[in-house]
Amino acid sequence: MEILVILVPLALMLGGAGLVAFLWSLRSGQYDDLDGAAWRAIADDEPPPQEAPAKR
Amino acid sequence: MQVTRDFSHYVRAAGEGIKHIDLAVEGVHCAGCMAKIERGLSAIPDVTLARVNLTDRRVALEWRQGTLDPARFIDRLEELGYKAYPYETESAEATEVAESRFLLRCLGVAAFATMNVMMLSIPVWSGNVSDMLPEQRDFFHWLSALIALPAAAYAGQPFFRSAWRALSNKTTNMDVPISIGVCLALGMSVVETIHHAEHAYFDAAIMLLTFLLVGRFLDQNMRRRTRAVAGNLAALKAETAAKFVGPDEISQVPVAAIHPGDIVLLRPGERCAVDGTVIEGRSEIDQSLITGETLYVTAEQGTPVYAGSMNISGTLRVRVSAASEATLLAEITRLLDNALQARSRYMRLADRASRLYAPVVHATALITILGWVIAGAGWHDAIVTGVAVLIITCPCALGLAIPTVQTVASGAMFKAGVLLNSGDAIERLAEADHVIFDKTGTLTLPDLEVMNAADIPADIFELAGRLALSSHHPVAAAVAQAAGARSPIVGAVEEAGQGVRALVDGVELRLGRPSFCGAEALVGRATLDPEASIVAFSKGTEKFILSVRQGLRPDAQAVIAALKARNIGIEILSGDREPAVTAAAHALGIPVWRAGVTPADKIARIKELKQRGAKVLMVGDGMNDAPSLAAAHVSMSPISAAHLSQATADLVFLGRPLAPVVAAIDSARKALHLMRQNLWLAIGYNVLAVPVAISGVVTPLIAAAAMSGSSILVMLNSLRARSPSREIV
Repeated sequence: MEILVILVPLALMLGGAGLVAFLWSLRSGQYDDLDGAAWRAIADDEPPPQEAPAKR
Repeated sequence: MQVTRDFSHYVRAAGEGIKHIDLAVEGVHCAGCMAKIERGLSAIPDVTLARVNLTDRRVALEWRQGTLDPARFIDRLEELGYKAYPYETESAEATEVAESRFLLRCLGVAAFATMNVMMLSIPVWSGNVSDMLPEQRDFFHWLSALIALPAAAYAGQPFFRSAWRALSNKTTNMDVPISIGVCLALGMSVVETIHHAEHAYFDAAIMLLTFLLVGRFLDQNMRRRTRAVAGNLAALKAETAAKFVGPDEISQVPVAAIHPGDIVLLRPGERCAVDGTVIEGRSEIDQSLITGETLYVTAEQGTPVYAGSMNISGTLRVRVSAASEATLLAEITRLLDNALQARSRYMRLADRASRLYAPVVHATALITILGWVIAGAGWHDAIVTGVAVLIITCPCALGLAIPTVQTVASGAMFKAGVLLNSGDAIERLAEADHVIFDKTGTLTLPDLEVMNAADIPADIFELAGRLALSSHHPVAAAVAQAAGARSPIVGAVEEAGQGVRALVDGVELRLGRPSFCGAEALVGRATLDPEASIVAFSKGTEKFILSVRQGLRPDAQAVIAALKARNIGIEILSGDREPAVTAAAHALGIPVWRAGVTPADKIARIKELKQRGAKVLMVGDGMNDAPSLAAAHVSMSPISAAHLSQATADLVFLGRPLAPVVAAIDSARKALHLMRQNLWLAIGYNVLAVPVAISGVVTPLIAAAAMSGSSILVMLNSLRARSPSREIV
């Protein structure tokens, strides 16, 4: 049962890391546009800036 | 005269040399639009950020301070095919966003704690029947306490605050039993852990908070979404005014940047955005949004004009007496205040339920403790059993019963084109059994239509439409739209207050007053609609008359029939003239109507109906309707309504059809039915669980299972509010 000394803190740390990641993503505004984010994932990459499309 | 657009009011500084503006954009639907807009705007030199928010339909833009004019962005978006308007965050919306984020943070913390405490609880539950050492169990309990206590202190804030507010107002709400239950469960668990007892309820307490926060967050998120759409619509309506910044120079500025004493220009076809007095010019104005009266009023030097009036024929200079917020008639403000006070006394279903629920539950717990003591148990055991009763009855399902239905129902209404302004509107709308309609702008469409287009040869009508494009007069605009005209006739001349004329192939065309076209004889002969405005068109010696008026909403008749089928009383209260109201009432088959009603009369009528026990739904758009919207049991406005009415109404509907009125009533009734059903489910669960708790055999496992089971049942039942209701009309 000594393994608990390692496993319990490890489990708590993993959970804590998840919480910190969630709070960070919330703070950085990743939940502000849920509809848009869904589309952005499948959008084409933007062309590099030097090849920016000429003004129409 | 030079006109500039001034957006400085909307631009704010975003750090070192960077400027920021938010634009509401019409017509953004997909990833393609997003990419097109972002690339199109980023291509402008000096732009540092262009990001579309698809949920709220907005673009955030940042650029390096310098020569770049924000008007350029709007022009660029116009080129790309999108209409954009500067958008200003209202304080109400900012509060909703902050609240929504706070709830999400609380939910994150509570969910994290629930998962970890559960991870510790399951070994304890299974260990209790196998070979777990008491020391190990205590260790796990202490760890659970370490996680659950701080998490509950943080994530419970929304409930604790609300409960405290209710208690300090000497009332009670659902958050009071929730807070008591959570605190007692945690407190007792700590005491039990100190005494090396077998059971601790950290998991139940924190799980309860998680479930409730899910419901709260969804509710809040729906409200935030509605608020964002309403904010965009307000921006699209773009209340601006042409202000004189020099003797001959005007600038188009937002109303918020106009102050009393400023002079603004009001051109034909423009809606006045301020209150003021005419200092120069002569024109006819349409005050139907303010008084309901559809006949035009003559405005000249010294005539007061109010926000919402439409200028029809001439150009006016107006000295502003009050801008934006203060643009109200004193009488309307006073009536409105009284009416709003009366309404705030409505008690929500959830509060009524909790007022009954809390005393019963707390009394049961007390009786349990006393009963066990009398039966010979020790004080410690009796108190533990009493607290177990409180934990098991802690209104988890009850707390979710109403917000979940509300979320799902307001989502369904949102799709049907109805926005909810106030949280308890669904409950009140479901009770409505009498509908009062305003006529102008509510039963009728806000814009004008040509009524006799079919009587006129198509080529003549098209010519009239093309000629009409050269005039700003709203009647001319209606003719142009009805004819689908696109290319104006070159060389057309507008004669102020008379009409337009042009020479095509040597034939003179005229569109305007009958006298201007020499068509008085025709007008004299025809039997005409009393409500309609008459314009004449002449091509050489051929003469025609066009009758232009506000048409009824396309589905008004069907909606009235649908309301009748639901056994809902209907009447019209209008500030307009008798013949106009009578005609509309006959056309729609509405038996009860009153014409020429003042705002005070409307309120009196609503009070009268109230005394008879009717629950009145008021549907109106004018500023004269605002007090009666507030006085009614529940109220609705079309999106074209005056600003004040829209802010007062409980629900706002979009688009041309009237059908959302019936759709909203149907969804509200269904939602109320489900809310009641959910409450009974939650109570039924308690009736089953409480005897178990009183008998003292409840373990944390039973508490957790019962709680999540009932919550999930209630949530699933709420989802039924989403299924499409039967065909409306």
